Amino acid sequence: MDGIHDIGGMHGFGPVEREENEPVFHADWERRAFGVEFFTGSRIGTNGDQSRHAIERLPADVYLTASYYEKWMLALQTLLEETGTLSRAEIEARMAELANEETDHG
Amino acid sequence: MSGHKHNEPESDIALRVKAMEQLLTEKGIVETNAIDLVADYFENKVGPRNGARVVARAWCDADYKARLLADASPAIAELGYSGLQGEDMVVLENTPQVHNVIVCTLCSCYPWPVLGLPPTWYKSPPYRARIVREPRAVLAEFGLEVADDVEVRVWDSSAEIRYMVLPMAPEESAGKSEEELVDLVSRDGMIGVAAH
Repeated sequence: MDGIHDIGGMHGFGPVEREENEPVFHADWERRAFGVEFFTGSRIGTNGDQSRHAIERLPADVYLTASYYEKWMLALQTLLEETGTLSRAEIEARMAELANEETDHG
Repeated sequence: MSGHKHNEPESDIALRVKAMEQLLTEKGIVETNAIDLVADYFENKVGPRNGARVVARAWCDADYKARLLADASPAIAELGYSGLQGEDMVVLENTPQVHNVIVCTLCSCYPWPVLGLPPTWYKSPPYRARIVREPRAVLAEFGLEVADDVEVRVWDSSAEIRYMVLPMAPEESAGKSEEELVDLVSRDGMIGVAAH
């Protein structure tokens, strides 16, 4: 399928930016995201191809600007919604609760 | 380590991941301890040192090298490395005539059991877009000048196959033990963006 992910050979990109002594994970949420992704697919009955396809279905601007594990999580959210496991609204309601807790305890 | 301090709001994605983990834990789909273990495994227990041991063995043992090039996954498993993202491995031998380099243009496929998780640049649009169109220019940016009479082969991972480059042993490898050779092999050498 043609799409923004089919990027091989595309013109217009600058230099390959590298990070000296790059850590495996850049923040704790990346570590958690990796683990959540690692286990969830098999538990909700989706495979690696479906995960990749969900990433490929992200809007092109998100695909090009979101960080790697952010794309994983946004794609997983799609699969959670499509399998009836969790809705985006449930996730965002929980996010709001967590943000409020932070403010209260901040 | 997390850069989050308690008096700063967490980023949207950090909150989203926390919310997803909580909700999935409550549904019994994921477990906190299991996530800790798998993250620790990929952060601390697997990495390019595994691949370096495979390369060093191949440099020292011609029979092993022949097995590695003929059917890589079982040869790599001889050293104890196997599993997810390494089920169907192909090892590409660099020679004085051919330099190999790997990419996954469509996503981020990478041989986890031998190299660990990929660096960000490997997964980035500039590398994926350019390495197939202008490999010599990209390799030069990495500091690797490939002579004009050396063919550059770029291998694009498929949904199943995972590639790893077998670099040529450098001059300084002469007389070294297999264990010492391991230190001469870099992650970038096994991706193909460095000489070894």
